[in-house]
This record gives sequence, structure tokens and C-alpha cells, in this order.
Amino acid sequence: MNIYVLLKKTFDTEEKIAVSNGRIEDDGAEFIINPYDEYAVEEAIKQRDEHGGEVTVITIGDEDSEKQLRTALAMGADKAVLINTEDDLEDGDQFTTTKILEAFFEDKDVDLILAGNVAIDEASGQVGPRLAERLGINYVTTITRLEIDGNTAKIDKDVEGDVEKIETTLPLLVTCQQGLNEPRYPSLPGIMKAKKKPLEELEIDDLDLDEDDLEPKTKTVDIFLPPQKEAGRVLEGEVSDQVKELVSLLRNEAKVL
Amino acid sequence: MSEKILVIGESRDGVLRNVTFEAIAAAKKISSDTEVVGVLLGSENLADQAQEMIYYGANRVITVIHEKLASYTSEGYGQAVLSVIEDESPYGIVMGHTAIGKDLTPKIASKLEIGLISDAIEINLDGDQVVFTRPIYSGKAFEKKVITDGIVFATIRPNNIPSLDRDESRSGEIQEKSVDIADLRTVIKEVLRKATDGVDLSEAKVVVAGGRGVKSADGFKPLYELAEVLGGAVGASRGACDADYCDYSLQIGQTGKVVTPDLYIAVGISGAIQHLAGMSNSKVIVAINKDPEANIFNVADYGIVGDLFEVIPMLIEEVKALKA
Repeated sequence: MNIYVLLKKTFDTEEKIAVSNGRIEDDGAEFIINPYDEYAVEEAIKQRDEHGGEVTVITIGDEDSEKQLRTALAMGADKAVLINTEDDLEDGDQFTTTKILEAFFEDKDVDLILAGNVAIDEASGQVGPRLAERLGINYVTTITRLEIDGNTAKIDKDVEGDVEKIETTLPLLVTCQQGLNEPRYPSLPGIMKAKKKPLEELEIDDLDLDEDDLEPKTKTVDIFLPPQKEAGRVLEGEVSDQVKELVSLLRNEAKVL
Repeated sequence: MSEKILVIGESRDGVLRNVTFEAIAAAKKISSDTEVVGVLLGSENLADQAQEMIYYGANRVITVIHEKLASYTSEGYGQAVLSVIEDESPYGIVMGHTAIGKDLTPKIASKLEIGLISDAIEINLDGDQVVFTRPIYSGKAFEKKVITDGIVFATIRPNNIPSLDRDESRSGEIQEKSVDIADLRTVIKEVLRKATDGVDLSEAKVVVAGGRGVKSADGFKPLYELAEVLGGAVGASRGACDADYCDYSLQIGQTGKVVTPDLYIAVGISGAIQHLAGMSNSKVIVAINKDPEANIFNVADYGIVGDLFEVIPMLIEEVKALKA
């Protein structure tokens, strides 16, 4: 099987967010593989081990994105592709990203594409379904189980807590939800091997695209932090009095009861 | 009314979800003199639901009834909605940022090669420009975003844009539209209901969430009881889910659901940054925890330092007394 994983680097979940000049400050921030994309990498490796084939991890980013690709290679992916847009694109949105990926996949023979169901930074969750639509292949989002038998895929899809049992056919794009698997940590031999695995770097020129093709359809006009919340009131006294006071505050002050 | 905005409605067990009514209000924020056109899809008569959309402010509702629309699939719904868009050439499209909304809207945007703003919590006008506010970095920051080209297309987060009051004096036309739907390649074989009955976590006005401090699956029982007397839903921290006290479908946080209820009661939750990402925009937060140093107290409006197994039963009784 030809398996591809769409990967994005995101801020570490522990990072505090700072804004300067209407942009998120990323100097010195720790970056990780988007947590939902880790499920995608893990599932890709499992499916390859079961059915044979090759796992290629793709990211759109800058030269620093190599780090997350090497991590995915160390987990067990076979090849990586970095589409470096650093010098060519000022801004982009989900339309832009999809357009680049569409061009990348144009001459590829695809059986399965996996992605996270959402990236924890911009959290639009659009790129997976958008890409599937452009490629004309089936897609299922927020999956928690994937079983492939020949050309058929049996899938559990999380729908706000309910589980849909779905059957569809390859080629297929899925986006991964928590619960699908437990992503492995890269092993030391895995890390050593990853250094020698192929990592191809492309620019948009190589995909016969130029900036005009990739003009985003949306624009961010401002980024700001939520207002600092004032520390609340910790109640005092006998527990039963605290509970009475709480109910009274919720009713009379907060007006939520 | 020169402009039209489509609102794609969504129901659960035959009842329209609140976010559908909120989407109607959102459409009116995008343009106050617009014609709001509801769109409902299904396999059976949708006249009652269409009428409800009109009571909540839709000027007209298009119903598309087809056996292949019995349950949601991106292929079936995609074909039907695209056909409506083609007929109506709308200025805007609004839908809830729900499981269906998240799955369907990117497909439509991609087909039409247009922009889409997902998960908006606020809509303002800046001159002619429609400005959407949406949380990024799991609610640690917000961005204001505009569509620069094409249809104004957005999904809205449940519970953030208030719906209009229901008004039975509102009237509007209900049109049935027929569509051809090609054979579906994706089939839903079965649906296992795991989500708790009653109140939907992402739409709940009150959420009672438990963490590791709840100590066991049994320990969640009083939380369910409290949620019930408050008319709310139960959620959980990742710690509680990892420890198997409850299903992952209840998880609130950076991975998991993001909720913005009027009242969030965090019980035995320490308040890791990843959990706060899923609930810190709640309107009022109550923390109950025996550790006075727990981080959750830094975001709580009201806190009780104490044993949850003592506090929760008392709270249930107090609320019952209040509601009686």
C-alpha cells in the first residue's frame, strides 16, 4: 500500500502563548508533531506492517520542520517530504495548503492518506476533507478504528461520543481521533535509522505552482489574548455553609442558576 | 432583501439542534437585511423542523428529502447542499461547528474553491467587511478573520452566538426541492450510542466535569446526579479518561472537546493547561478540589477547598431545594 501522512508541527501543548504585532510570538517556542497527527503516523506504520507498502510523511513548513519529520521517520515511517514555503509564501490558509497538497499528489498513486482530525494551533480541521474533495477520493473524519481488507475499509468514526460503523473503499483519506491507537515513542535504533532515511525537500516551483495560484481566500486581521481572568473567590467556613453560599452566589451574583 | 444567506440546519433524533437557531442569528449578524434561507436535509417529512427554523427567524426554508439522506454522509449531504447553493447563489453560508458541520463544510468550500472560517464565536461588521472571531491555540488566543474572496462561509461554535427568541408570529415559505444523488461509496452500517442521554456536552449550558480526584467510575455517579438536577452534562479531564473512570467521549481539553457553557463545575480536576484549553472560556467556573494549590483555582470564579464526596451531595441537595 502507498500510505501518506499529512503532518503539521505545532506549539508544544505546555507552551504559553504571547502575541506581538498581531502575530503569535514563536521565538524560542518548543515545537512538536501535532498530537492528532501522531495518531496518524502510528496508524500508518501499523497498517504498513500489516499490509506491506511504504509510509511517506509530508509536511508544509520551513527548514525547522525537518525535526518533526525526522521524529516520524524515527517512529517508523519510510520517507519524508518537506514542502518548504518559507521563501515563497507570506500568508496562506487552508485553501493554500490544500492547493499545494493537491499538486503534490497529482502524480502519486495513493491508497491511503492519514491526517490528524485537527491541528491544535489553528484548529480548523479543514485540510483533510478539502484535499480528499480535490483528489476525488472518499474520506472519513475523526476515526477511532481502521481495518483494511483488500479494497474495503471498515472504520469506527467518533461522532460527538457516538460511534458510527462505516464501510468504504480505497483510495481513502481519514483523519484521526484520540482513541485510535497509542503513538509509540521513537526508539534509539529508530532515531539512528531515521537520520539515513530519505527526506526530500521541495519548493512550490517544483510543484509547478506560483504564488498567485496560492492566494489565500481568508485573512487574519488581528490576533489577541483573552482578557486576564481575575483570581476568583475561594469560599470559607463550614463546608455546608460554603455550599449554601456557592448556590446563592451562582443564583444571585453570577445568575447562572 | 438582495442578499441571501443559507443556514444549513441539523437535527438529532428528529429535533433541531440549538446551534441551528444560533446559526440563523449569526446569518442576521452577517447582514441584517438579508434573506435567511434555511436548508434541511433528510429522508422524511421535514415540515415541522422547517417551521421551527422560521419561528427562530429564517425567512424561507428549503427541504431536500431523499432516501440517501436518511443519515449524514459527506457524499450525500455534499451533493444536496451543492445543488441548493447552485440554485440560490448565496452571499453567505452558516452552519454549526458540530461533527457534521466540521465534516461537510470543508468539502463544500474545497469544491467551490472558496474560503471557510471554522468555529467562529463572534461576528462583527467593520464597514462592509464581516469579521469573525475564533479561538486559536486551544483558546489561549483569538484571531479575527475575514473572507477575502467569494461566499462568506463560516461554522459557528455552539453556545456562543445567542439565538433569536422563538416567535410563532414569524412566517415564511417552505419549499421542497428534489435532487439526484449518485450512489454512495461510503455506508454507515450501524451507530452505537455511547454519548450520555439527554444533554449534549458541546451544547450544554451546564457542565459538571470530573478529574482524577473522583477516584473511580463509581465516583462519577454523584456528578451525573448533580448534572441531572442542573439540566447539564457530565465531562471529564484526560486524567479521568486515561484512568478509565469514564469514556473518552467525555474528555474536555486540548485533545477532546472544547466547551463554553454558562456554568462549568470542575470537580477533582487539578487544572492542567491542556484541560484549561477546553473549558477556560466558560462563562462561570466553579472549582471543587481538596488541594488549595490546584491550578484550577486560578481560573475559577468560585472555589471550594474540600472533599468532593462531601461537597457534591450537599450541592445536589441545595440545588434541589432551590429548584423545588
